Amino acid sequence: MKGYKIIVLAKQVPDTRNVGKDAMKADGTVNRAALPAIFNPEDLNALEQALRIKDQFPGTTITVLTMGPGRAAEIIREGLFRGADDGILLTDRAFAGSDTLATSYAIGQTLKKYGNFDIIIAGRQAIDGDTAQVGPQVAEKLGIPQITYAEEIQAIEKGKVTVKRRLERGVEVVKCPMPLVVTVNSSAPDCRARNAKLIMKYKHAKTISEMQEANDDYLHLYSDRPYLTIKEWTVQNIEVDMNELGLTGSPTKVKKVENVVLQSKGAKVITSSDEDMDQLMRELIENHTIG
Amino acid sequence: MNSVFVYIEIEDGQVAEVSMELLTKGRALATELKVKLEAIAIGYKLDGIEKDIFPYGVDVLHIADDKRLAPYSTLPHTSIVVKLFQEEKPQIALMGASSVGRDLGPRVSSALHSGLTADCTSLVIGDHEDKKQNKEYTNLLYQIRPAFGGNIIATIINPDCRPQMATVREGVMKKEILDPKYKGTINKLDVSKYTSDVDFVVEMIERHMEKSKINIKGAGIIVAGGYGVGSKENFNLLFELAEVLGGEVGASRAAVDSGYVEHGRQIGQTGTTVRPKLYIACGISGQIQHRAGMEESAQIIAINTDPEAPINSIADYVITGDVAEILPKMIKYYKANTK
Repeated sequence: MKGYKIIVLAKQVPDTRNVGKDAMKADGTVNRAALPAIFNPEDLNALEQALRIKDQFPGTTITVLTMGPGRAAEIIREGLFRGADDGILLTDRAFAGSDTLATSYAIGQTLKKYGNFDIIIAGRQAIDGDTAQVGPQVAEKLGIPQITYAEEIQAIEKGKVTVKRRLERGVEVVKCPMPLVVTVNSSAPDCRARNAKLIMKYKHAKTISEMQEANDDYLHLYSDRPYLTIKEWTVQNIEVDMNELGLTGSPTKVKKVENVVLQSKGAKVITSSDEDMDQLMRELIENHTIG
Repeated sequence: MNSVFVYIEIEDGQVAEVSMELLTKGRALATELKVKLEAIAIGYKLDGIEKDIFPYGVDVLHIADDKRLAPYSTLPHTSIVVKLFQEEKPQIALMGASSVGRDLGPRVSSALHSGLTADCTSLVIGDHEDKKQNKEYTNLLYQIRPAFGGNIIATIINPDCRPQMATVREGVMKKEILDPKYKGTINKLDVSKYTSDVDFVVEMIERHMEKSKINIKGAGIIVAGGYGVGSKENFNLLFELAEVLGGEVGASRAAVDSGYVEHGRQIGQTGTTVRPKLYIACGISGQIQHRAGMEESAQIIAINTDPEAPINSIADYVITGDVAEILPKMIKYYKANTK
């Protein structure tokens, strides 16, 4: 059986649950170097949906595409360890400062160049921005339909994909012709764990830049085993209008960033003693807040 | 002068709550800018819908009415909004940060190459000076939202691209009728000129919508729990207290992400915004995204083991201690004092 060509869009994100004081630069952009970096959680839900299609349709290939700095190659390896077939790291200083629209343009141009896809699957949103914009914007750039808020890709037949969507107030099942973009919610099943055999197979997978920094002893590996080379693409590899990239190509600008300074309202501080609790409940009843 | 536009979301033939809130905000922005407020309603059997829209101060209502336009579907709604915006060139466009607006907004912004800011908590008009290019801008839309783990509040602007687009969650803005007799004009769109057959390739197979059973938005008393509650079992204490007081249970994102309660109870920037008369925050540290969704509560009680928790700074009562010890006492003394 012929499988499907799937692209998973993934983002390495700062773990916003562990944000320190040096998280922001003076220009109001994020200092990513100062934060632990993780595979964006909903992108893992997206990868799982892709892996399930691969389970069902042998011959399916999964390519993980990510845009970010050199170290974002980590999440491509993470994808390979869980069952993806290859990856593309899109990395260039020209992308720095991109808002969602400039990001979508770069990813859209990359996919136009790479071609060869039936389904593009991404997480609904990334935890560092929570915007949920890049998936739909990429779909628009490619001129193909989008199915957002997906919980399950239920079937693929006769060139159409059936998707169950989990919305704020209900459920929809829709059928859409390929190619399309699907963005996946966290309510979808969690991603399977790393596979020990795949870790052995791909642990030395590297981008060109990483190889250049690596120990010479391993370099022979890359000519013998082409699957260990993670594609590293820059603006040179895609056709772009430089004015559409990075800060210049971003319609939204950060005007101001304020640190949150909390000034106490002068709260009544009380203890958990029986007297204080009794007094508190009396007060709330007397001023008609409760009761 | 270019108008302020609001995309009207239609649920079961009714104007969605978030759209009425945005019309109210849109009216205020339009008045400040001395321009018209316009709205676009897309759906089926929309006769009479203007009665629910004009009172918010809408000057022009564009209506696209066709059997194929309901329920909401991405491609035809995008085509209509994009073409209409290309003709009308609004300076500002607002949409709900709902599963409809967050699907439609990015698609429209991409097609128009205009900036879009998601989940704004405040929208105000202001000026901007670009010192590098020596350019001055007047009357831009400041799109204000907490960002990045809650340590910062970012003000986003779109200096050069129009429309300036923003999404806002339900409950963030207040809805208020401007004048029940306000009369605007209706512009019925010829749907065949705004859509094409390829916009209808996605088929709806099944659809089950339900009214949310959880009504945290309308609750007068909310007992909300955070990660500090510690477990799903401990949340039962919150449900007990809420039941005794006649309130509802809410939660922070951390508690929802930990699986203590369902997502429908999440309060904050990416959940629901609430303004109850009493908000009891249990084991919630009070990141800005959470506070954005509850800080206008009339009275706030913060229960936390950390005496320095950020939530304490907006609280009326601070109780330093363990939720598992304090909530049973609150139940006990409430009952004792109401007998």
